[in-house]
Parts: sequence; C-alpha cells; structure tokens
Amino acid sequence: MNKAKVATVWLDGCSGCHMSVLDIDEVLIDVLHKADIVYGPLVDAQEFPEGVDVTLTEGAVSSQHDYKLIQQIRKRTKLLIALGDCAVTGNVPSMRNTIPTKRLLERAYVEGADIHQRAPSDGVPALLRHAVPVQEIVKVDLHLPGCPPKPALIAFALTELLAGRKPDLTNPSVAGLVKFG
Amino acid sequence: MPPTITINHVTRIEGHARIDIHLNDLGKVASTQFHVTQFRGFEKFTEGRPYYEMPAITARICGICPVSHLLASVKACDAIMAVQIPEPAALLRELLHCAQFVQSHALSFFHLSAPDLLLGFDSDPALRNIVGLIEKHPEAARDGIALRKFGQQAIERMAGERIHPSWTVPGGVNKPLSADARDHILTGLPIAKSIIRRTLKNFKAMLDDFPAESAAFGNMPTAYAGLSGLDGEFKIYDGALRFIDNTAKPLATVARPLDYSKYIGEATMPDSYLKAPYFKPLGYPEGIYRVGPLGRLNVAARMGTPEADGELEEYRQRLGRIVQSSFFYHYARLIEALYGVERMEELLSEPLITDTHIRADAGVNANQGVGIIEAPRGVLIHHYKVDDNGSITWANLIVATGHNNLALNHSIRQVAEQFVDGAQLKEGAVNRVSAVVRAYDPCLSCSTHAYGGPAVNLRLWSPQGELVDSWPRPE
Ligand code: SF4
Repeated sequence: MNKAKVATVWLDGCSGCHMSVLDIDEVLIDVLHKADIVYGPLVDAQEFPEGVDVTLTEGAVSSQHDYKLIQQIRKRTKLLIALGDCAVTGNVPSMRNTIPTKRLLERAYVEGADIHQRAPSDGVPALLRHAVPVQEIVKVDLHLPGCPPKPALIAFALTELLAGRKPDLTNPSVAGLVKFG
Repeated sequence: MPPTITINHVTRIEGHARIDIHLNDLGKVASTQFHVTQFRGFEKFTEGRPYYEMPAITARICGICPVSHLLASVKACDAIMAVQIPEPAALLRELLHCAQFVQSHALSFFHLSAPDLLLGFDSDPALRNIVGLIEKHPEAARDGIALRKFGQQAIERMAGERIHPSWTVPGGVNKPLSADARDHILTGLPIAKSIIRRTLKNFKAMLDDFPAESAAFGNMPTAYAGLSGLDGEFKIYDGALRFIDNTAKPLATVARPLDYSKYIGEATMPDSYLKAPYFKPLGYPEGIYRVGPLGRLNVAARMGTPEADGELEEYRQRLGRIVQSSFFYHYARLIEALYGVERMEELLSEPLITDTHIRADAGVNANQGVGIIEAPRGVLIHHYKVDDNGSITWANLIVATGHNNLALNHSIRQVAEQFVDGAQLKEGAVNRVSAVVRAYDPCLSCSTHAYGGPAVNLRLWSPQGELVDSWPRPE
C-alpha cells in the first residue's frame, strides 16, 4: 500500500495546534503507519516537497515568508486544511492588525532594548501589514476550528482522510467539537 | 573565494530559524549568525487590554508550554492585586507546572532529539524523526508518547484542557481539585517514573558514544541563572532568581521580582527577531549566561526529591560541579523530568491539595506587577504596568530562549568550527549544527513571542559576501 504523504506547517501560530495533533496520543502511531510525514516541525525535510496529499496548516499568514510558503504549499498539495483558529480566522496573531508594523517593531527593539536600539532588518522576513487567515491568500479545502482544535476532532479528520474520505464535520461523533476557542 | 553557508531550516525545533556561516580565506569558519525569523508584537498589542485577560492572551504565545505563560502571567496579576494567594492554590499551580515540565521535557527528548541520539547524527535524514523512531526503537517511541500523555492528561484533569486551559486566574485557580482527579493522576505516576528511570539509565549508558558532540556542543564558560529556594534547592514555581559564574560562585540574587531589570539588560540583534538579554553587571556581551535545565542544575544546591537528588549527585560525579557543555542539556532535562514526577507525588499527598480555598479576590492595588517562573526552557518573566482601571499601559516579556540567545550563537559557532570544513555542506554537519540548537530546546515561538515552521536554513558565505553553498540546496 502506498502511504499517504502528509505535511504540517507552522505559520504565525503558537504551536498549540501542532501539540493538539500530538495529543491524539497512541492514535498517532496508527496514523504514522498509514502516512509519511514529508514536511513539518517534527521531521528533517528542508523544502516543501511536490505531490503532497494533505497539508495541515497552523497559524495566520503574517510575514513575507509565510505568504510565499503558503502559495508554494497550495500548488504542491491536494487537500489544504486550516488547522485551528489562527489559520481559520486570524485569532490572536491578528490582534496586532490595528497597529502599524513600524510601531510594533519600535516597541520591541528600540524602546524594549538597552543596547543596539534598532529594528532588525538583515536576514529576517518583513512583516505583512496585517496577519490574515489562510483563506485570504489561498483556497482552503477544510477548516478545523478551535484554539487549539480538540484532539478527538483532529483524530477523526486524519482517520477519515487516510481512509480516502473527506471528513464530514456534521458527523454526530464530532459535531459538538467543531467550535471556536 | 571563501564562502558562507546557510542552514535554512533548523529542523525539529520549535520555531523558525536560519543560520549563516561565513568562511575565511582558508575555508575555515570565520563567523556564524543565528536568525530567528518571526515576530508577533504581544508587548504592543496587549496595551489597553484589562490585566485579567493577559493569562489567556499570553498563553497563545506558546502552545508547547502554555502553562508557563499562564503562571508567569497570573503571578504578575497577583502582584497587581497585591494579594497573597491561598496555599492550596499555590500548591495546585505548582502541581500543574510539574505536569507541564514532564510533558514538555518528554516532547523535547523523545520526539525531537531522540532521533539523533538513537538513530545517529549521520543517519538517513528521511527516517531521522519520530516515524523512524517508531520503526527502529518502538519502545522508546512508545515511552515518549506515554510520558507526554501522562503530563498532558494530568493537566487536563486539573485544568479541564490540555492546551490553553483557563483554570489559573489572578488570585489563584478557579476550581478545586477533586479527590477523584487526584487519585487518577496518582495512578499514572509509577509508570511515568519507570519510563524516566529507564530512559536515564539508557542515556547514561550512551554518554561515551558522543565524545565529539559533548566536546563541541556549546562547551564554553558562561554564567548561569535559575530560581532556587532558601537553601539553594531546585525550584520551578517560586524562589529567588540567582546568577552564578562558571565556578559556581554567586554573582547576584534578585530578591524582589521587580528588581529583575537591574540585572538583566536586553540587546537588539541586527539580524534576528530574537533579542539577546545579558547580565547587566558584566555588560554586553560579556554578560552571557545560560538558563534552562543545564543552567538550573548548575545553580541548584540540590533537587529536593530523593531520586532526583541521587541523580544530580551522579551527574556531578560524572561531569563536575559545573556542567559546561550544552550537549548535557538532555541529561539535565531527564533529571528534571524525574524531579517533576516525584514532586507531583509529594504535592498530591498534601492534605491541602483538595482544599476549596483556592482564590483571593481583589481589585487593582498596585500599578505594576512582575511574575517570574521557570518555564521548561528557562526563566520566564512577565512584567505589566496598568492604570487604576486595570488596563495594561505597558508590558515586557523576557522568555527562556531569549536568555540563551548569546549562548546559542556561541554554540553554533563552536559546532560549525568543528564540523563544517570547506565550501561544501555535508548533511551530517548541517544536522549537528541544527542539533546544537535542539539541545537548548529553544522555543522560538516564545522567544520572539513568535512562532514558525520547521526551521534551519543554512547559508555558506565567502569573505567577499558571495553565497557559495546553501542548505537546502536549490532544486
Ligand atoms: S489556534 Fe490557538 S492553539 Fe492554534 S496556533 Fe492559534 S493560538 Fe495556538
């Protein structure tokens, strides 16, 4: 049997959604028997590969780096899943959106520093003016809300996907878990 | 022409990072730079929010150790209310924190670093991960998953949620611990303890297998910082912040949390969103210090629980009173996990642990407050100022990985000098440079209050500033 190619990615999130994936505990072992993790924080791949079946995306799109990466991911992924409220709505990362990025950087690196008071600029990606949900940049195939989404919801979605079905979130076993926050 | 190497994604770490290595004319490493590439701006956008929202907002800095931010935040809020929280609440918060140490250390050791240690730094990168671990060392993989689950379930039983619970509140916690939940957590303790014992035993048996790594993974004299109690015993929830030098001589004790800024300064790095704190009395960059498991164990006189005390003694017999190589973060982390489980057992046996006096109530009685705790990765400081209505007017957060920024940079340079040679990057060298970053278990989401995807990008640069090689290699 060909194993499914699954990728996970962190944009501007807190990693809590990734931790919630790990919180499926032993189900993880079943999942990893059926799927190869081809990209993500748990593996060593350096480039987002071609021909990925499913990508779970955590976090809002917040920097130039996120913006480029999510477009590359969309091109190389069959099913793109927005995992968690940051990816679905912008959530906490978008709380910065009312403040100009210059002010944010000044607060941290000029006012907030005793030495070398200036915003970093070499080798770091520029911030987008706003942190936005994934669907504002590319098409999303499935939204799994929650901050983070409940492990049982993630386990359901992964199990369905690996069985070749699109997860039906109105299924009574998980419908109660589909909520924000 | 001498080159620069870039490791683009430092993989299996918690965040986004990139590393540049500059070579000299002889093809040897001239300098290195560690860039953290995400920024979120929590200190600014929380201005104007009511202080009691801060625990829930700042928990979203990090989903790996959200309990750390919750606790530092509620301690800062306690100070704004000028209350002493009821003793049962303090015990419960500490219990929650110990459970988090266990789960977070399990993640760092098993899920992120064990693939290097058990499969080898030069093993096939496609398999050098948790999946490869499940195939080759199923017992270790299962132990890791079970230990993390034990910690996460304990958090869930106490606080209602594994990630971002709303149980810890300014003044205490919002629900007592039921006898039933206490007993459930107690039932899982023996297995958790035996997993850690077995892992420590196996790790100690492997210590001699990594001579090059232990010699070059950030093996340098620095100062160290950590919380400890009145008799110098290891502490993670309360205690005084102490700085010591590389001979264990005390440098400073921060008696009042508000005084932290007399001792800790912050420098902006031109090429990283991660600032570099330094020990102010020694200046910048001489005031380099390390926090986290290695720093804490160097600072502590003893652990204060029986088995962990025995392990600390053995650790010092093997490696000395001050353990200097960052490779041993892993070893120190396991001893701390053992402490976490033992301390949980002690706390769960306290008669007051199920007491219902769990919350002090008050309004704004001080216009600023500082909360300091030990996150799994090291000292975490939340400092808020509020107006009389309790709206935040100013916030400052100094997180564990930040304190280690200067040390991380030194360590990367040391590993690069040892393992990178000439203008070509070899996978094993790239992985070792990444692995030294992993040894610190840096949480880059915390450190810049930012978080990102899998990470090192490595770039190799010539002295003339030309890119000669990079990792990943362009397709
Ligand atoms: S949705 Fe919540 S848990 Fe997930 S990344 Fe965002 S803040 Fe973290």
